[in-house]
Amino acid sequence: MKLVTAIIKPFKLDDVKSALQDHGVQGMTITEVQGFGRQRGHTEVYRGAEYTIDFVPKVKIEVLADDGDALTVAEKIVEASRTGKIGDGKVWVVSVDNVVRIRTGEAGADAL
Amino acid sequence: MPIDYGDTAWVLISSALVLFMTPGLALFYGGMVRAKHILAMLMQNFFAMGLVAVLWAVVMYSLAFGDAGNEGFIGNFDHVFMRDVTGAVTGTIPTPVFFAFQLTFAIITPALMTGAIADRMRFSAWAWLLGLWSILVYAPVAHWVFAGGWLADRGALDFAGGTVVHVNAGAGALAAILVLGRRRGWPQTPMPPHSLPLTLLGTGILWFGWFGFNAGSALAANEVAGIAFTNTFLAASAGMLGWLVVERVKSGHPTTLGAASGAVAGLVAITPCAGFVTGMAPIYIGAIAGAVCFLAVSLKFRFNYDDSLDVIGVHLVGGIIGSVLLGLFADVAANDAGKDGVFFGGGWELFGEQVLAVVATAVYSFVVTYVICVVLKNVLPGGIRASEEEEATGLDLTQHSEVGYSFAER
Repeated sequence: MKLVTAIIKPFKLDDVKSALQDHGVQGMTITEVQGFGRQRGHTEVYRGAEYTIDFVPKVKIEVLADDGDALTVAEKIVEASRTGKIGDGKVWVVSVDNVVRIRTGEAGADAL
Repeated sequence: MPIDYGDTAWVLISSALVLFMTPGLALFYGGMVRAKHILAMLMQNFFAMGLVAVLWAVVMYSLAFGDAGNEGFIGNFDHVFMRDVTGAVTGTIPTPVFFAFQLTFAIITPALMTGAIADRMRFSAWAWLLGLWSILVYAPVAHWVFAGGWLADRGALDFAGGTVVHVNAGAGALAAILVLGRRRGWPQTPMPPHSLPLTLLGTGILWFGWFGFNAGSALAANEVAGIAFTNTFLAASAGMLGWLVVERVKSGHPTTLGAASGAVAGLVAITPCAGFVTGMAPIYIGAIAGAVCFLAVSLKFRFNYDDSLDVIGVHLVGGIIGSVLLGLFADVAANDAGKDGVFFGGGWELFGEQVLAVVATAVYSFVVTYVICVVLKNVLPGGIRASEEEEATGLDLTQHSEVGYSFAER
């Protein structure tokens, strides 16, 4: 099993959600996060004074997937969230030792 | 004079309008601080409605309005503890109504200073500063101008408090922050506003209440009140435009905070002029104030004083602009009790008196406030400044054991 984690631009969330649902993904977890990469932050101006805000708002998506499906899920996210401009974010995949569905106690791939 | 019921009704309504300005000011400022200090800002303002009202009844009203017309520095003790207030008449309204109307001014004036000292003064230190400042600074200066004291006797004009309220609070704020020091991390660390919607709501409440502040200062429901009302309206609008035009040119975007700040700058500047000017004058005065105050708020970066929410840039500078421009724009066509300024053939005499009134108020307020703050800093067991940890954690939790926003269920 794999955990696919993506950091994307917030306005792309709906596109990514639709793409993953179309692909058959059953669930996902999203979190509003802040951070920066090569895009760095942005500038805000209050009463003529410029403030550099280092951390820009992003959305983090986490999806659990089968070993065979994880890379496809990651690709779907990349396709749906890409704008081609700086600040599009990142997707990464890590291995997961075990998953348990709390309601039924099912474990491993059955719990996905 | 007999009581006039129309006048009385209008001043009663105006008193409620002006009182509403203090929570409006609290929101105006509260939106501009960081989220961890919002309650402390609201509380510093709200608390003034408690403490100052009681002090007003005990001693301040008498110090400000006792022995009215004595051409002097301060009132007397004839009306301490509400003595001889009930049953008396002031002008054409019952004295208790006059008492309440003037009280609302005494509340919001020190509250204006909270924007400068934001995010770093201990609450108990603010309580002491608020009380002492109200008695030692506000009461005498109100007497000078509103109660036939020495400035009014010389011939200075101040319709609703350009000097008494705005220059007074602005100069006091400057003294207070020089003793208090800068917020830790300012100006390197960004401290942007946490909720401009609150600031815009507060601005709307201020604008609404300001009709009572200025038109109510006619102390009658008459022609002068009507002129003051319309002048107030136009100056706020022109102030907004003046600020936004300069802001758009100098920093690229017209901002909501700029619209709010410009409107307030216009309102501040028209305050001394409201019942003494007419025609297009409020638009010129408001637009000048909006444009100049935008430039004035950047002075703090050049001179390195942390006027956190620009009390000096907007209230001191705006108050000076309004008080001094009155020497140019005053027109007896607006008000028989007024004078003609330079533009209406009155010569430079009024202008000189206006400058003197500004300087006298600013110097007195600055010096006395500075002394009060130095004394409090040395006498209060915890000093006047929040500790580094309290400031970092937030004044809400450390001063009031509360938080302004709680999103997670708990």
